[in-house]
Amino acid sequence: MSDATATMARAAIEPRRARRRLPLNRSGAFGLIVVALVAGAAALAPAITPYGPADSDLIKTLQAPSREHWMGTDQLGRDLFTRILYGARVSLAIGLVTVGVSGVIGLVVGLVSGYLGGPTDIVLMRLVDVQLSFPFILLALVVNAILGIGLQNIILTLIITGWVVYARLVRGEVLALKTLDYVEAARALGAQQMRIVLRHLLPNLWTPVIILSSLQVAQFIVAEAAISFLGFGVQPPMASWGNMLNEGKTYIYNAWWMTTFPGVALVLTALGVNLVGDWLRDTLDPRLGP
Amino acid sequence: MLQFVARRMLEALVVVFLALTVVFALQFLAGDPVKLFLPTDTTQKEIEEFRERLGFNDPWLVQYVRFIRGALRGDFGNSLRQQEPALPLVLQRFPATLSLSGVAMLLALGVAIPVGVISAARRNSWFDHLGIGATVLGQAIPGFWLGLMLIYVFSVWMRVLPTGGRGTWLHFIMPSVTLAAFVAARFARLTRSMMLDVLGQDYIRTARAKGLAPPRVLYKHALKNASLPVVTLLALQLGQLLGGAVITETIFAWPGVGRFLVQALLNRDFPVVLVGVFLTAVLFSALNLAADVAYAWLNPRIRYE
Repeated sequence: MSDATATMARAAIEPRRARRRLPLNRSGAFGLIVVALVAGAAALAPAITPYGPADSDLIKTLQAPSREHWMGTDQLGRDLFTRILYGARVSLAIGLVTVGVSGVIGLVVGLVSGYLGGPTDIVLMRLVDVQLSFPFILLALVVNAILGIGLQNIILTLIITGWVVYARLVRGEVLALKTLDYVEAARALGAQQMRIVLRHLLPNLWTPVIILSSLQVAQFIVAEAAISFLGFGVQPPMASWGNMLNEGKTYIYNAWWMTTFPGVALVLTALGVNLVGDWLRDTLDPRLGP
Repeated sequence: MLQFVARRMLEALVVVFLALTVVFALQFLAGDPVKLFLPTDTTQKEIEEFRERLGFNDPWLVQYVRFIRGALRGDFGNSLRQQEPALPLVLQRFPATLSLSGVAMLLALGVAIPVGVISAARRNSWFDHLGIGATVLGQAIPGFWLGLMLIYVFSVWMRVLPTGGRGTWLHFIMPSVTLAAFVAARFARLTRSMMLDVLGQDYIRTARAKGLAPPRVLYKHALKNASLPVVTLLALQLGQLLGGAVITETIFAWPGVGRFLVQALLNRDFPVVLVGVFLTAVLFSALNLAADVAYAWLNPRIRYE
């Protein structure tokens, strides 16, 4: 190959590579910064604050924000800022673990269902339909109340209730991919089923799964907060933004900071994650509009 | 069309029946169902008596058939707290929930559609940017926190609205705003993007070229064609409102199904919980069915898939 044709060939490849780098817009950048800040705060919590999340000081209960306690103290004199930092750990851990596990379960179910078709598909998709016939938050609340309160059970709850959206999405994608010529060609060449699934279908599923995951993280974080807010889910003294708001509700007449700051943390995090999700969707898959 | 509706109805019936099965299975999720039904300080002897009386010693198939037969007659057992049949207790609370959801939906549509239309018509104006910002924020703010903030501002601070309960129209304001916020954000976004799609079409240019008044083009020609997905979303979002009602009703002490369910969960009154969950699933499925039918009616292409 001459130098000239090599350059031309490279030039033909170059723009495609350039496009694959994700161009960042303003709201996407804002979302990334917020998510990075929340993650940083969660990771470095013990270094940022001198207090512990469960350290109570009964002399300094319900104190308004001050230089000593940036966001005030709660009814047991615990530092609110500290609890919000530690609450970020709970929120992020729940968001990531539940999305990871439920995503993998849904991916496998969706692949099996869509690829095999037939009775397997019918049974699995009926299961998905039934679960989707309950409003998500209601089902999660009831499952959590039955399983029992606590961090592990809320994670389990969100996994049980969360995998279905993945299964439905992946199945739909697989049904569409299955009919494409290149999959047909692979089959005609005698490729093993496993090879078709892993090498030809799976790589095409990452984009929709990643986009859905970014939105699911926010949904799971808010769901945990909602369930903990109602008195199930994560229990005090462990700090969760949801149970902090629940405690704050009792003191809404004398301590506005107890209901304000955990909520701001929650909204900022959900907003940040959603904006990152929107940005991922717009760049990875331009077909899907807002 | 009739065939399509019949097929979808049959599917919905299957789903409702399966939902009943899920509700039955929920009892066994944590192992021993009897523990769900009784307070934690019950003696072993009482537990055994209760187990025998409710038939939890029977093989599960017998229990399942008995449960389904009871459910078909509308008998889900008695509320453990009120000692009355659970079904009517839950049904009594539906009107309050439906009225709140209805008001919230009207509010959401009343705000979202004009915002979406104007945003699209004046793309990139300050109104559009403000609208987009508000919808992004509206989708990120969880209802329960919005509710708490409204209570703080309007009840604690300004003292103009009641913190909760039901009675006058004043009681409707905060819960319906809370419930409507998320839905309104979704509708506004959808309306805006559908309008942008439609406004780029040739027939809009034709209408404008004919010299029709801009509002007439906007509302008569564009909005009408953009409304199809909005109609579908309407039914689906009504279902979401039912889920959201659980939290909103609890915050504002609204005497509907959602609050009743949360109380039943806290009291471990599981017959009531099972009925509430089941009825919500039925209503939710009916709304999904309505969404499908509306969509097929408005868009004939979908029927033959």
